[in-house]
Amino acid sequence: MLRDAWLVAGKDLRIEIRSRVATNQIVPLAVLILMLFAFALGPGRQVLAPASSGLFWLAVLITALLAIQRSFAVETGEGAQDALRLMGLDSAGVFLGKMLAIAAQLVLIEVIIGAGVVFLYGAALHGMVMVLLSCFFGTIGLAAAGTIYGALAAGLRVRETLLPLLFLPIVAPVLLSGTKAWDAALAGTVSQGWPWIRLLGVFSIIYLVAGVVSFGPLMEAA
Amino acid sequence: MSSNTIDLDPTELRSAPAELAPAGAHVPAGLDGPASRQPGETPRWYTRRWWVWALGLSGLVGVGFTVWLGLWVTPPDVNMGQLVRLVYVHPPIAWVCYLAFGVATLASMLYLWPRTRSRFWDRLAGASAEIGVVFGILTMATGSIWGRPTWGVWWTWDARLTSTALLIVLYIGYLALRRIPSELHVRSRRAAIAAIIAFADIPVDHFSVLWWHTLHQGPTVLTATLVPKITGIMAWTMLLGFVAFTLVYCWMLVVRYRLETVNERLETEGMGLVLVERRAEGIEELQGNPVYAMTGVPGEDAGAQGPGSALPPALAGSEPES
Repeated sequence: MLRDAWLVAGKDLRIEIRSRVATNQIVPLAVLILMLFAFALGPGRQVLAPASSGLFWLAVLITALLAIQRSFAVETGEGAQDALRLMGLDSAGVFLGKMLAIAAQLVLIEVIIGAGVVFLYGAALHGMVMVLLSCFFGTIGLAAAGTIYGALAAGLRVRETLLPLLFLPIVAPVLLSGTKAWDAALAGTVSQGWPWIRLLGVFSIIYLVAGVVSFGPLMEAA
Repeated sequence: MSSNTIDLDPTELRSAPAELAPAGAHVPAGLDGPASRQPGETPRWYTRRWWVWALGLSGLVGVGFTVWLGLWVTPPDVNMGQLVRLVYVHPPIAWVCYLAFGVATLASMLYLWPRTRSRFWDRLAGASAEIGVVFGILTMATGSIWGRPTWGVWWTWDARLTSTALLIVLYIGYLALRRIPSELHVRSRRAAIAAIIAFADIPVDHFSVLWWHTLHQGPTVLTATLVPKITGIMAWTMLLGFVAFTLVYCWMLVVRYRLETVNERLETEGMGLVLVERRAEGIEELQGNPVYAMTGVPGEDAGAQGPGSALPPALAGSEPES
């Protein structure tokens, strides 16, 4: 299972590195989103800095959506998904592999958006342990839920509109918990953030398990 | 290409659709109406049965009584005044919303479990989820109407409101997924998986908005101040409201289930039915035409090439009984 996961993740990441869609389109888009937030809220740092944790997670959510769509657009062309199924790979392995590839891209995106939040909004990063932990669990949760829904919507003609409708309400708790954990960390009141980290952990475990269990039938149904 | 093709009885062809249905689509005749029927005959659906009528009627009467008791008989509340009358409507509607989502989730699970897999559970899940969304939106509407005069706002980011709104959006997504045309069992399985994955989100959702709310504002305003005050006729009216709206839900579920069945039949059998009827029509037309009656009808070709090709262009669109 793990070997299969590694193979699939390697394949996806190789495609991303060679096509440079993530670096040439998704990353600039993340920066653009940060600028648009600033336009919406006004240039004052007293507005932007306190809002930066929420804006960070919102930007991550939107770009994650694109990364997921991209990850399954690769599979839909030229019967790639059927080929993947015929390879005899473990379906749980395929799930973990696609999830890891999405997670790796999300980490890159988070680093860039995080830097953007610090530079553009003047957010001061404190409580790095909590910031990193929330990013870790949030990334896994987003990637796991995103992989499930990406596979669910993959073969459909309406996937571009259906995926956000299915995915965004599901990951609303990630946005909420991630934001609260960051708020606690940035304000220096780390102790208030731990319940949110736990919730993020529970969320990521639920969707990891759900993905491992359901990905086989899901790939058949897609 | 012999003349005996003309002797083929069109009614035989017309009764064929029952056999055209795929094996998996077969369902007990009791729930799906008659298995085979003549085209002109109106099928007697189970929704015409007395207990469905009784269910619908009792629901209607129940809601009528709730309205009468709620608006005229019960007294206004000490604190809330006339606004208290919403308590006979809003909580029962919200209850039906949760009940419908619960039934949809349970039915999805039973559909996915191989031992209990049947079309029944899938249709039930779809029907129930749709009613749940309708009642969910009604819950939001009545809640807003209530919230505006009592809290002074149409909407507040109360934990229960927020999680209910998220739940409704989740099920709207589920319904959108169900609407996507594809092979029946594929669509059903996909929808069932989506329903269960969405269900897994509910506890996390609940806790996140609960903490989010309690960390931000004071304790919840909803119901806590209200429920203990309800006694006597008011309590009975509220109870009647719960019963009445549950009956309405059951009736809607039965009717909606039937619609789901009919839709499925339209998808799976509709095309075959149309083809067979058109073919029978074509043969009737040719029977009435003296030229073809003498030279013979390309009846076997009609089966191979489809009904359209069997018709001479001049005859297409004319009445079958000419």
